Amino acid sequence: MLVRAIEILGLEKVYQVGFWRKRPRRALHPLSLAVEQGEIFGFLGPNGAGKTTTLKLLMGLVFPTGGTARILDMELDDPRMKAQIGFLPEQPYFYDYLTARELLRYYGKLSGLDSKQLAPRVDAVLEQVGLKDAANVQLRKFSKGMLQRAGIAQAILHDPKVVFLDEPMSGLDPMGRREVRVLIEQLKNDGKTVFFSTHILSDAEALCDRVAILNQGTLRGVGSVEELTAGMRAQVEIVWAGNSTPIALTRLGAACRTAGDTVRAVLPSAQQDAAIEALRREQLRLISVTPVRLSLEDYFMAQLAQDEPEAVAADQAKAAR
Amino acid sequence: MRSRIFHIAANTFREAVRDRVLYNLIAFALLLTATAILVGQISMQIERLVVINLGLTAVSLFGVVIAIFIGIGLVSKEIEKRTLYTVLSRPVARWEFIAGKFFGLSGTLVVNTSCMAVGVFAALFYVARQLHGSDAWVLVAMYFIVLELLITTALALFFSSFSSPLLSAVFTFCLFIAGSFAEDLRGFVGLSHGLQHWMAMFAVYAIPNFSALNVIGQVAHGNPISGQLIFWNTAYTLVYTLAVLSGAILIFEHRNLK
Repeated sequence: MLVRAIEILGLEKVYQVGFWRKRPRRALHPLSLAVEQGEIFGFLGPNGAGKTTTLKLLMGLVFPTGGTARILDMELDDPRMKAQIGFLPEQPYFYDYLTARELLRYYGKLSGLDSKQLAPRVDAVLEQVGLKDAANVQLRKFSKGMLQRAGIAQAILHDPKVVFLDEPMSGLDPMGRREVRVLIEQLKNDGKTVFFSTHILSDAEALCDRVAILNQGTLRGVGSVEELTAGMRAQVEIVWAGNSTPIALTRLGAACRTAGDTVRAVLPSAQQDAAIEALRREQLRLISVTPVRLSLEDYFMAQLAQDEPEAVAADQAKAAR
Repeated sequence: MRSRIFHIAANTFREAVRDRVLYNLIAFALLLTATAILVGQISMQIERLVVINLGLTAVSLFGVVIAIFIGIGLVSKEIEKRTLYTVLSRPVARWEFIAGKFFGLSGTLVVNTSCMAVGVFAALFYVARQLHGSDAWVLVAMYFIVLELLITTALALFFSSFSSPLLSAVFTFCLFIAGSFAEDLRGFVGLSHGLQHWMAMFAVYAIPNFSALNVIGQVAHGNPISGQLIFWNTAYTLVYTLAVLSGAILIFEHRNLK
């Protein structure tokens, strides 16, 4: 039987903050989820949602207050498990006095690779992440994008079965993000499991087999994008000629926007017939009726809106800018 | 296991060697040795005494500065820069990391002290035009300085495993100063009574006995060092360093790396 790549059961973390009078701050509410082998799993949430805390718990960098987790059916402190995982921390910073080749040789030795297999493996990974020409350059001369690539190189160097990437696209330009996306897809094609945290929803939507949404340390949903958005209220977009909007449509709850000599309205599917009837009554020429495809962002914002409507409004304003 | 400790130690050594601050300190120590030569030339009949005294004191002080300066950052810098995350997510135990860091810096200090030793002997040869048999005791004093640096490194690493670099530096430096007067503290134990006696007794055992490791004056006067002192100082350093490192490991094993 194929074991699960990651199995998390009620994992939680409470920090004690304050100097004199300690008070608890819950970073992660009991979290349970499972990731199958070969999946690309996106771990989504706004900043401070608990994504990095979860990754640190899985890496054994912080200790859980409660619950357990297993990776490849092994305990988190099992060295055999650690030999089979790779980890890229958020905004990685490496020993900047080393060259990319020296860095990978160091990590390779720590991962138990022997000298014979290490040299060709280092070359292959440097080529895979596009750092072959910078192999002998000290990391202090690397750009942020190059450091991110070096970070991915060290995470995949020892050919791990499960790769954890914390915000791998953070701070990268569109080209860099695309390259990282291609790398993640390559890993999946090689049969690896990829667990990556991000707050860039388009990346998650393009890459992930399944996603989990975390907010304020609480899991808000797990599943494929289709599964998550299926439960949401379906909408349609209706387009007609002219620049007038019948009052009846506004009453039906349609969000209308005039663009040139057409008007677009988005409203719940259930109101579709009534809306078309209203347009006919006003003798407006109907151009199209299209079902609106709900995106991961719609689901994400809906989940966030339950917890923090002000934050969602701020996010939307930022997106509009 | 041993190979992982070795690789972490080798990387720590490499970092120190590529660190320009370290080079500056070595250069400064050599400069001080040159000063010793100058002082030796203007000191009538006691050139040898002055050169050994100044040279060995410089070796000790600069070694301690390097041990504290680098030692306090060994763990905290790795946490701050998150380089530790990529190390501990591999099959590396936390105690192996601490051990590797300790051996890496210790190796650096041994190499550094050896370089300075060459400088001191060169200065001695310069002022006396020849080396005497009793100058061999300078090597023993150097060995004791290395022991002193091992303890200092362990202390810096210990404080670095749970506090900020600044506090670690203050704590380690305070213990170095207190340890340099450990013999006086022992004298105080004999004079005190009651609670004071027990507190002084505790301090005697808790504070590193650096004064026992300081034989610079003895060596400068050409007096021999007993084999018994060499043995007990070595044993003391091993036990004390191991105890401090165990404390560092115990704390670090349970520390959340936020």
